[in-house]
Amino acid sequence: MSDKNRPSQDPAPADDSRRTFLKIAAGTLGACYAAGMGYPIYRYLASPVEKAESATAVKEVVLDNAATLPKNSALMFKFGSQPAMLIHHDDDTWTALSAVCTHLGCTPGYEPKEKRIFCPCHGGVYDPKTGANIAGPPPKPLTVFQVKNLDGKMVVSRA
Amino acid sequence: MPENNPTKNGIYGWLDERLGISPILELAMHKRVPEHKHSFWYYWGGITLFFFIVMCLSGVLLLVYYRPGDTAYESVRQITYDIHFGWLIRSTHSWSANLMLASAFVHMFSTYFLKAYRAPREFLWWSGMALLLLGMVFGFSGYLLPMDDLAYFATKVGLSIPSVVPVVGPWISDMVRGGPEISAFTVSRFFALHVVILPALFIPILMLHLGLVQKHGMSIPESEEAKPEAQRKTIPFFPNFAMKDLAIWLIALNVLALCAALFPWSLGPAADALKPAPADIHPEWYFMSSFQVLKLFGAWFPGASGEFLGLGMFNLGMVLWVAIPLFDPTSKSGKWGRRATWFGFLAVGILLVTTIWGYAVLPPTP
Repeated sequence: MSDKNRPSQDPAPADDSRRTFLKIAAGTLGACYAAGMGYPIYRYLASPVEKAESATAVKEVVLDNAATLPKNSALMFKFGSQPAMLIHHDDDTWTALSAVCTHLGCTPGYEPKEKRIFCPCHGGVYDPKTGANIAGPPPKPLTVFQVKNLDGKMVVSRA
Repeated sequence: MPENNPTKNGIYGWLDERLGISPILELAMHKRVPEHKHSFWYYWGGITLFFFIVMCLSGVLLLVYYRPGDTAYESVRQITYDIHFGWLIRSTHSWSANLMLASAFVHMFSTYFLKAYRAPREFLWWSGMALLLLGMVFGFSGYLLPMDDLAYFATKVGLSIPSVVPVVGPWISDMVRGGPEISAFTVSRFFALHVVILPALFIPILMLHLGLVQKHGMSIPESEEAKPEAQRKTIPFFPNFAMKDLAIWLIALNVLALCAALFPWSLGPAADALKPAPADIHPEWYFMSSFQVLKLFGAWFPGASGEFLGLGMFNLGMVLWVAIPLFDPTSKSGKWGRRATWFGFLAVGILLVTTIWGYAVLPPTP
């Protein structure tokens, strides 16, 4: 373990290739260690993101007893990891759409008086039947889902 | 500092003028470390420091998902089983804690027997003892946080120990527990202790400890001191000692990775006060000696007085141990130097015998 024979001050020129080799070897080893520690830490921290991604792969949500929802009102629910709303219109038709404002991601709400979907963050307005962006900053319409009534259970699925 | 420093310009020069880096670098470049047949023991403080750093980093990672209070067990269950590599992070944290205390003990006994506590290094010894004590409180408080059955009952036993102290004992126990029984309040208290109060105490003392090593340099054993100064060998701190230190840290990292990956820390069933305690319940190894001493005194002198006596004996021993630089202050190996050595052997003997005894009388794991 003695360092007497390893001069660290004045290396002979012949040592150069050996020195380069050692530097590369040490660098590679260091990179391996960094990767070996970095990968588990990355996966550990990314875990909820990955879980949420697999949750958005959800194709269908069944809402028990949702058929009893009064007319001209809405029910908020989660489609996968994201908020969505089910609207029972006055004419007894149903609409389900994503409740993530296409502007900056706030959750908009259904306003029975105006019969519109309104996002309070920046005043975005959507049509409650088609999800079309009709006023304010939203650049795109809300995603509309399919709705089926199965014996009082409402089945919402990706269109 | 030196005007002929070629790196003085540019960003380095700008920073140096404002932060004064070069005196520190200068010190690091010129620092030399003694080298002799006992210098192996110089690395153990560094190993302890390495495990402490790993413990801090893995602890911060655990903090990302751990939730104290009512959800403590559930959050540790998630970390262990749901979150990718959560088991590895948790296992690394527990293993580095145990390895840190183990290397701290090696460091303590090696400095003891090499008499590194002598003047002018008394405060190195005392700050080191404070760090060890805080380290053990770290261990005790961290042990409860998962709130599984073992954690629950070990803490229950541990917290009933101060209650044998007359008058103030039960009050201390209740205050630490946050009530008469271990509950979500206890977990939150221990959590605050573990992640805020203890680090806030530990880190400044650690800085003092490391600063004092720089101030006084490594102590050399008597056999080296007897030699004339010209015959004592030293090696440069940088790069020679630092490289050796780095190599040893790499070994420590590998040992830790192997332990954490091959022997992952387990998680028992959730704590339940109504279930009987696990048959093989026992404290962590670093509390085993005091646990066994208390058990023995409890058996020899029935009633609370026995435990109180045991606690008193243990604390007396600890006080003598901490006070050793006062009994053996000078580098001349006189009567007190030899006595201190014998006292050291006695302490190691008692610790080893009671620890092994404690493990020997445990019922077998079911």
